[in-house]
Amino acid sequence: MTNFLLVFRNDYKNQPTPSSPEEMQAVMQQWMDWIGGIAAQNKLVDGGSALGSKGKVVRANKVVTDGPYTEIKELIGGYTIVKAESFDEAVKLAEGCPILKMGGNVEIRDIVVM
Amino acid sequence: MNERELIPHLFRTEYRKITAVLCKLFGIEHIGIAEDIASDTFLLASETWALKGLPENPVAWLYVVSKNKAKDYLKHNSLFIQKIAPALTYSNAGIQEIEIDLSDQNIKDSQLQMMFAVCHPSISSEAQIGLSLKLLCGFGIVEIADAFLTNKETINKRLLRAKEKLRTEKIKIELPNEKDINERLENVLTTLYLLFNEGYYSPSQNTVLRKDLCFEAIRLSLLLVENDSTNTPSANALLSLMCFHASRFEARINPNGEIVLYEEQDETLWEKELIVKGEFYLNESSKGKILSKYHLEAAIAFWHTIKTDSKEKWDNILQLYNKLLQIEYSPIAALNRTFALSKSKGKQVAINEAEKLGLHNNHLYHSLLGNLYTDTDRQKALGHFETALQLVKNEADKKIILSYISHLL
Repeated sequence: MTNFLLVFRNDYKNQPTPSSPEEMQAVMQQWMDWIGGIAAQNKLVDGGSALGSKGKVVRANKVVTDGPYTEIKELIGGYTIVKAESFDEAVKLAEGCPILKMGGNVEIRDIVVM
Repeated sequence: MNERELIPHLFRTEYRKITAVLCKLFGIEHIGIAEDIASDTFLLASETWALKGLPENPVAWLYVVSKNKAKDYLKHNSLFIQKIAPALTYSNAGIQEIEIDLSDQNIKDSQLQMMFAVCHPSISSEAQIGLSLKLLCGFGIVEIADAFLTNKETINKRLLRAKEKLRTEKIKIELPNEKDINERLENVLTTLYLLFNEGYYSPSQNTVLRKDLCFEAIRLSLLLVENDSTNTPSANALLSLMCFHASRFEARINPNGEIVLYEEQDETLWEKELIVKGEFYLNESSKGKILSKYHLEAAIAFWHTIKTDSKEKWDNILQLYNKLLQIEYSPIAALNRTFALSKSKGKQVAINEAEKLGLHNNHLYHSLLGNLYTDTDRQKALGHFETALQLVKNEADKKIILSYISHLL
């Protein structure tokens, strides 16, 4: 088994914001059902987190800039870590991710054990 | 109660108290002596009471006799005088003045401390349950063997090894200090959880014994929440979970000792009083920031106390299983989640998810798929039930699968 990082990217700026607590709840439930389904296969390593909308970038020589801004098309919105036998299997796990229904995508990266 | 009924009853309730107090007094390395004194006391009771009739206060009689026997032992046993007496707190007062405190408070304290000693991480979990039953619940070797579906010799060996371990590890009969108590309490909770499950899910046909195991687990959990330093959210959640499950005890086993499925249970047999208690401890468990697996299981059990199906009920149960599986995976939780999914999102969604579970060697997995296919694909349903039948090992589940098949034929 290899651990894979799933990174969720989306054009968050152009997302319709949930208009009611019920809608918000429904979105949350979709995520929980997806994560729960992976956990039920005993393939969840870390449920991960959603990320906030603010960010800072640190460069050499103490150059710190704001960003990445939410305006960019493919902002990272969160991550989850799963375990799978292969990239193919990791892809299958990612296929149910709710971000896909919201116009976003999931980047899958294998985590290298040093 | 005549003396024939009274002695077994008192043995169950008082033996463990005397043993715990004496163990606490003598130290863990002398469990055997404490047990011998307690047993001798009951032997004398059965002889004396048969000849002279019952004393006015049988419990007080037992306490006086066991105290005297303990003092006699201390007086006559040179080893004790040399090795143990100096270590006793009361030793400078002399043996005659040794206080053997069988007050309610000391009994509770001693039992609680014994619980932590018995559930020490160095003891295997099977042995922890066995020792708990013997020392904290006053079960005989035969009953313990019956509960584990094994023989007396196996249990005797297991208990001896565990007691030896308690001795060699020099485990103290005391509450762990504040720093360690949460970690050690985890172990105690796990053992009580297993003890309860042993009774609730045991394939043993002995319903009375199984019920006893469950109520002993509840009694020991109560000791935890009654003490300030062990009255934690997780302990309350575990107790709540046990109360909710135990409320269905009468309804889930028919007079032949067979399991009655949840849907087919007569809810008038559910014990309301235990449900109310479960709710009380569930509320208590929410006073804090901790969300343990016991909280989630208690909440799931709470929703099951409402018999009527509703979308709200199954949506909530599904979300609770989603969280539970993230804390701790188990095949049974994965299967139960899939069942909740079928109730919440429909059978097809559940079938798709079930296929991914990778539990092909588990009879419950095939049983679940059989049920999910029952209304839509009779052939597939039958196929899964038959596979389940080949995999199943215990009689109770076998009967259930056979009844599913007979519904289809």
